[in-house]
Order: sequence, then structure tokens, then C-alpha cells
Amino acid sequence: MLRKLFKFHGGVKPHTNKTQSTTAPIAAVPLPERLAIPLHQAVGGHPRPLVAPGDRVFKGQRIGGADGSLSSAVHASTSGIVRDVAPAIMPHTSGLTTLSVVIEPDGEDAWGELEKINYRSTPPDELRDYLRDAGVVGLGGAVFPSYAKLKPGKNGALKTLVINGAECEPFITCDDLLMRERAADMLKGIVAMRHMLHAEEVLIGIEDNKPEAVAAVRAAIAASGEKGIEAVAIPTRYPAGGAKQLIRVLTGIEVPHGRRSTDFGVQCFNVGTAYSIFEALEHGRPLISRVVTVAGNVAAPRNYDVLIGTPMDHVVRLAGPRADTDRYIMGGPMMGVRLPGFDVPVVKATNCILVGSPALFPPPPPEMPCIRCGECAKACPADLAPFEMYWFSRSKNFGKAQEYHLFDCIECGCCSFVCPSHIPLVDYFRFSKSEIWAREREKDSADSARDRFEFKNFRQEREKQEKADKLAAKAAATREKVAGDTAAAPAAAEADAPAAKPKPSADDAKRALIEAAMEKARQQKAQVAPKNTDNLAPEVQANIAAVDARRETAAPPAKPAAGKPDA
Amino acid sequence: MNNSPFVRKPASVQSVMLQVLLALVPGIAAYVWFFGAGILVQLLIASAAALAGEAAMLAIRGKPKALFLTDLSAIVTAWLIALTFPPIVPWWLTVTGTLLAVVVVKQLYGGLGQNPFNPAMAAFCLMIVAYPALMSQWPAAGQLDFGTQLKLIFGGLREVDAITGATPLDALRTALRSAASPDSQLHGLRTGQLMDGPAFGLLGGKGSEWIALGYLVGGLWLIQRRIITWHIPAAFCAALFVCAGLLWGMRPDGFASPLFHLASGGAMLGAFFILTDPVSGATTPRGKLLFAAGAAILTYVIRVFGAYPDGIAFATLLMNILVPLIDMNTQAPVFGHKKD
Repeated sequence: MLRKLFKFHGGVKPHTNKTQSTTAPIAAVPLPERLAIPLHQAVGGHPRPLVAPGDRVFKGQRIGGADGSLSSAVHASTSGIVRDVAPAIMPHTSGLTTLSVVIEPDGEDAWGELEKINYRSTPPDELRDYLRDAGVVGLGGAVFPSYAKLKPGKNGALKTLVINGAECEPFITCDDLLMRERAADMLKGIVAMRHMLHAEEVLIGIEDNKPEAVAAVRAAIAASGEKGIEAVAIPTRYPAGGAKQLIRVLTGIEVPHGRRSTDFGVQCFNVGTAYSIFEALEHGRPLISRVVTVAGNVAAPRNYDVLIGTPMDHVVRLAGPRADTDRYIMGGPMMGVRLPGFDVPVVKATNCILVGSPALFPPPPPEMPCIRCGECAKACPADLAPFEMYWFSRSKNFGKAQEYHLFDCIECGCCSFVCPSHIPLVDYFRFSKSEIWAREREKDSADSARDRFEFKNFRQEREKQEKADKLAAKAAATREKVAGDTAAAPAAAEADAPAAKPKPSADDAKRALIEAAMEKARQQKAQVAPKNTDNLAPEVQANIAAVDARRETAAPPAKPAAGKPDA
Repeated sequence: MNNSPFVRKPASVQSVMLQVLLALVPGIAAYVWFFGAGILVQLLIASAAALAGEAAMLAIRGKPKALFLTDLSAIVTAWLIALTFPPIVPWWLTVTGTLLAVVVVKQLYGGLGQNPFNPAMAAFCLMIVAYPALMSQWPAAGQLDFGTQLKLIFGGLREVDAITGATPLDALRTALRSAASPDSQLHGLRTGQLMDGPAFGLLGGKGSEWIALGYLVGGLWLIQRRIITWHIPAAFCAALFVCAGLLWGMRPDGFASPLFHLASGGAMLGAFFILTDPVSGATTPRGKLLFAAGAAILTYVIRVFGAYPDGIAFATLLMNILVPLIDMNTQAPVFGHKKD
């Protein structure tokens, strides 16, 4: 019965701080006064807004339509009036804004009409479109559109479907509570995913610091009578919940950077995603809420079922934030992002609102030089040599950093966590990555600028050539005409001056053309060029005409002195 | 702090260095027990010189003094210098060696973490080249009382040749060489008989083998504390054992036994404390094995065929030169790119 588990290299064991938020069940959140729902919440294309200010929306109504080959829809989390469709601050360190739909709830929380779907009888493509329009994305934090991952891959069938309930980040317990309370429904979602992926076996990986969740999921499996689904308790070691690390632990397979796990017969989904797939298929409810852990510097850490778009401080207020709170972090302490404010909305990626204070997360001691102790390499779950990449990043030797597999770094934070010199290693790697991306973008734009320039030259050359050809054709036509005229003239003329004008020369034709063109230009100029007297009243014009006439008769036209004021 | 991770392990350079110092204590205790308290004076002199040199250089370089003086890295260098130099060298030699290590080999290369060479070993090599006589006088265990040691250190007494000799390593090599020549009175004596003298103990030198045991205990504790990994000590000891074993196996009367080599000179100090210096040593697991094995082979060659009493210092510096090459070519495959 005991399954053989595999180890991934490195990893760390930070204080888990999970028990505080697991004592109470998942709680509901009263409706906020306003919801700001960002349209872009998932990896992929920016959804287009489908509503306008003033529109009345129902709960679950689509307000953002998937756009492009990888994009996921967004829905109204409750019924109410759309007050605005405008850029609003998003939950990201940068403090940047993104197009959001602001809804004022009407308090009725009334669902619109929901269409359900039978996943067994529906063709896979339709099912995927359905899930795309239901806005189902990965809830583990990566928010990758789930429909795009629900393809069995090249082989047409999958060996193992891995369900990620590891939840290795400290403080976060939303998956734990979801498994404890909603295991049966989650399991139905998993069965549907197994059906879509033609997976042979399903392994639900749960860190062994969550025995209640393991027991609940096992009980649900037993109750359902499903075969080939197993809940596996795995050793608690951060980052066991990284998709690649979990796949490694459960199957022994290492999916390299830049490859699809389906190529190796594996696919991985978060437990929360499985639950939202159940909601979408069974009840026709799109993804409009999620379980969010509120933990850290609060009196009563707890999990809440939160509508997407709810301002974070509205949720945190329920847990009783302490007075010295200085920041919210979205996610856990290892990989979370510090937020630019307290009123940013909960989005699909929000698994945890970690309330921080200077006492809880003190600033690190001063950074010391690297002593190459290799602790970071020992801790790196991607088997990298962070201290080498650090030297190259520091010296902006990005090529070398890439040679040392910079882009295999998953930014889990283990290296920074263990570094005795307190070097913010992950920051250096983020910096290097964005520098490399920026350079690639620059190179791309330089390339396209060069392409444009070369094409412009080519086009000008071509136009010149075409003009010349046209000119030559015209000249030939004129020549023929002239030749025709000369042919009509008496032959005697030809006999008189045979040497002088044997036939119409190219010069003549050209001169004729030039004269014609000049005449045309003269005419155009006369037509186009307005005189400053054109728009005057008729009597004034008459006066001017009279004056002109007098001048003509009085004196021969003399050149007026330039700049003469009365001229 | 704006970026993750927001939590950190309570680790620091200072605590790493402190644990290295603590791990040296058993060896130092054995040193004091067998050779007297003079070594403690040397440790103090070296520490003071290291801190003074470091402070001066930090001031010149405009670096935060409190931060770097308390990281204890200079003290580690100082202690390694005191423990590798003969315990009765005059104070100015200890000071000069320490200043060379801290000022030239460490700070002039950029300070903590930047030195390509092991500062203590570079100092040892410079001093043994500059003062070969003073650097080769080792008292026998229990030979000198504390007062005499102080007089020797602070310059009251200079007639050292009469009371000190060579290290057991040196003595045995000299004895073995003369035993091989037919003119010597030692001719025909076996290694075992040569080691019957008062300078020798059970395995190596009398007393010094206990110091080596102290270093071994401290070193194993460092491995257990995960301050160092097993790779360098294991590879060094194994390679030294194999080298010594090969020649000893062929001609037991002409060469010292592998255990003698492991228990003598700076073998244990080198294996657990000197070669394991992370800054100047190899960093990859495979690289560490190569680095330490290379150092062991060089040490053996210098010990047996060279002119210096011990080869650890030169071997360390020579292998330090190769570290970038070794590291570059021993990078382990990363996640997803392993062939297994």
C-alpha cells in the first residue's frame, strides 16, 4: 500500500504557522459596498469588457470575454449595477492599474440563468470552451487558464493526473480547509478532469502536516467508490507544492524548464481548481469566489469564501488586524507579493492575504558579501548554483547567468531564506530575468525597425522604378503620337531636312512632356492658390478692382520696395 | 523589505565563523595539554594583529567597520595561522604573517569573500620561504615550560636550535633518507624502529597525534552542524591514505604508513578547517572531491619528496589556483536535465 515517493533536491523548512488559521471553518464574507473586478486575472490575453457603466448585471454574468487563443473569461461576483469600467489599481507590487469593472451590489446576490453541461456527453472542444467561458483558472497561484491544460497531450492519454494539495507555503491553509470541508465535491471535479485527460491514475499529493485533509480526501475517495485515485501524504518540505517538485515527489519524473508535463504523461492541477471545475460543470457556476486565508498579524486568522473583486481590507477587517499592520502580502511569506495598498481587490490568484507588520516580518540584517558557502545550492530545488548566478547577475553578465540556467529558477526563495550573508538572491535573479527580457524586447524592436527601414528603402526603389517605367511608357506613347504627326506632314519636309530631323528624338518627347507638365502645374496653381482678397465682401472687391484699374492706367507697373508698409 | 521571501533562517556569517572557532577548541585544548599554554599567547597575538589589520584596511577602503570586524572571519584566519606556525616563533613573525594574510591576501583582493587564496596558507608559505629556520623549529611535547615559551615568543631567548627539533614528519623523512644510505648509522633500520624515538607517539608525533584527533572531533562536529560537507575531508583523507598506502605497501621500510601521514602534521587541520574554506575552495560536490584529492596528492608528494616539513600549505595554494577551472567543469546537471 505504501507508495514509493521520490525526493527533490534541496528545499527548506520554514515555520509553517498553519495551525492558527485552521481552528475555525471557512466563513462567509458580507457583501462589500463595491467590487472592483480586474478583467485581466489570468495568464494569457486580456479579456474584453462586455458591460458598460449603468448596466445591471446578475451574479455569474460574464463581464469580460476571453480574447485570443489563451484567455479566460471574467464574471460578475454578485448582482448589481456596473458603476465604472476603468483602470483600477491591481494587487501587484508595481502599483499599476488594469482595466476593471466596478460593481455596486444591489444586495440581492441574485444568480443569472446558469447553463449546465454534461461533461461525459459533450465533445472535449466544447467542454474546454465552456470552462474557458466559466473563467476556470489554476487557483494554486499561477492562474493559468485550466481549459488549456485539459488536453491529454501528444499521446492522447495521460499516465498520471497529479492533484496538488501540498500547500507548502507557510501561513496558507485555504487548500487544507477546502479539502477538509469540500472533499467530496472536489473529488467530482477530479473525476471530470480525469475523464477529459484520459488519465490512468490520479495522485492527490498532500503534505503530511495536514493529516485532517488527507483523512477527509481518503474518506471521500472511499465513499465515492472511485478506483485509481489515491491521496498521498508527502513529506513536509518547502517547495513540495511547486508543480514540478510535486510531480517529482509523486512520480519521479522531472519536467525540464520549457517542456510540457503532458509530454511526460503527467498533468498537475490545484485542489481549488478541481473544486471550481466541479462548480462549473455541476452547477453551471463560473469562478466568482474562492477560499482565501487571512493570516499573520490578525487576532483571529481564518479562511473565508471571498467574492472576486472584494476589497482586501473588507475581508481582513473580519479577522481583526492589529494596530501595527504596515502591509498586506498576497500569497505566503516565501513567494508572496507585497501589495501597494489595503483596498486592492481579491482576485483569482489570491490564495492568502498575509497581514504583515515590522515585528512579524522584520527587515533582514545588512547584506554581507557572498562567502560561497554553497548553502543556497544545497537548498535550491532546481539544482542550481545560485551563488554563481548571483556573481553573474551582479556583474550584469547575463549571458553567463543564462548558461548557469537562470531561467530554470522558479523564484521559490529558498536561497534567500538560507543565505548567511542575507543576500536577496531571488531579487538579483528577478532583475536579471527582466533585464534579459527587456533586452530581447529591445532587440526585437530594433530588428523590426531595421526590417521596416529596409522595406522602406525597397519600396522607394520600387516606386522609383515604377515611375521610371511609367515615364518611359508615356514617353513611348508620345513618341508614337509625334511619329504619327510627322508621318502626316508632307514628305517634302522630310526630304528637305533629312539630317536635321530624321525622326522625333527622345529629347523632343521629353521636352513636350515637361512643357505639358509645367502648363498643368500653372493651371493647378492658378486654381488652387487663394488670394487674400478672395473672401472679401463684394463692394470691397469692387473697390479693389477699381484701384487696380486706376493703377494700370496711371503708371507702368513699378516694382514696389520690399517691406514697404503701405505696399 | 519589499520582495519575497519575507522570512529568513536565522543564519549569519558570524555564526558560521563562530562555529568554526568552536570546532577548533578540542584541538587547541590538546595543544595546550601537550605543548603548554604558549599557543594561547600566539592565538591572542594573531587575533589582535588580524583585527588591527582588518580595521585599518576597512577604514582605508571606506567599509563599515563594525559589521566586518564582528563577522569573525579575521579571527578564523588568525587562529589558523597561529595553529600552523610553530608555537615558539617570535611575536613579530606571527604579526607579520597575520598582517600579510589579512591585509594583502584578503583585503587587497576585496575583503571577505573575494580572496582567491586561503589567507592563512598564503601567509604560511610566505613566512616559511622568508624565515625557513624560525618556521621549522618545533619543540617536542612537554619539552618547554610556559616561561621559556614566553621568552622565546617575546625575544628574551634566541638559542632555539639547542632545544627544538624538526617535526615528526621531518624527522622521519630525514631518518628514512639516511637509513637508505649505507654510510649512515641508521642504515638498515626499519620504519618501526626509527619511530621508537621520543618524538614519536602511537601513530604520528607524540602529542601532535592527539591534537589531530581534537581537530578530527571538531571537524566531524562541523559536518554534523552542516557548516561543511563531508566531501573535502573524506576525499582528502582517502587520497592521502591511498597515496601513502601505495608506496608503503610496496616498501614498508622506506615509507611512512598511511596512518602516520593522516595523524601527522596539518593533515586533520587541513582536511577539516583549511581546505574547507568556502571562499577559496571548490564549491560543487564533485569539484570538492577533485579539489581535496588533488591537495592530498600534492601534500604527499611535498612531504615525501620535497624540502619542506609539511605540504598542506603549498598544496592548498596550488589547488586554489585550479578552483575556477574545477568549479566551471563540475557543475551538476539541473532539475529536468539529469540523466538517470
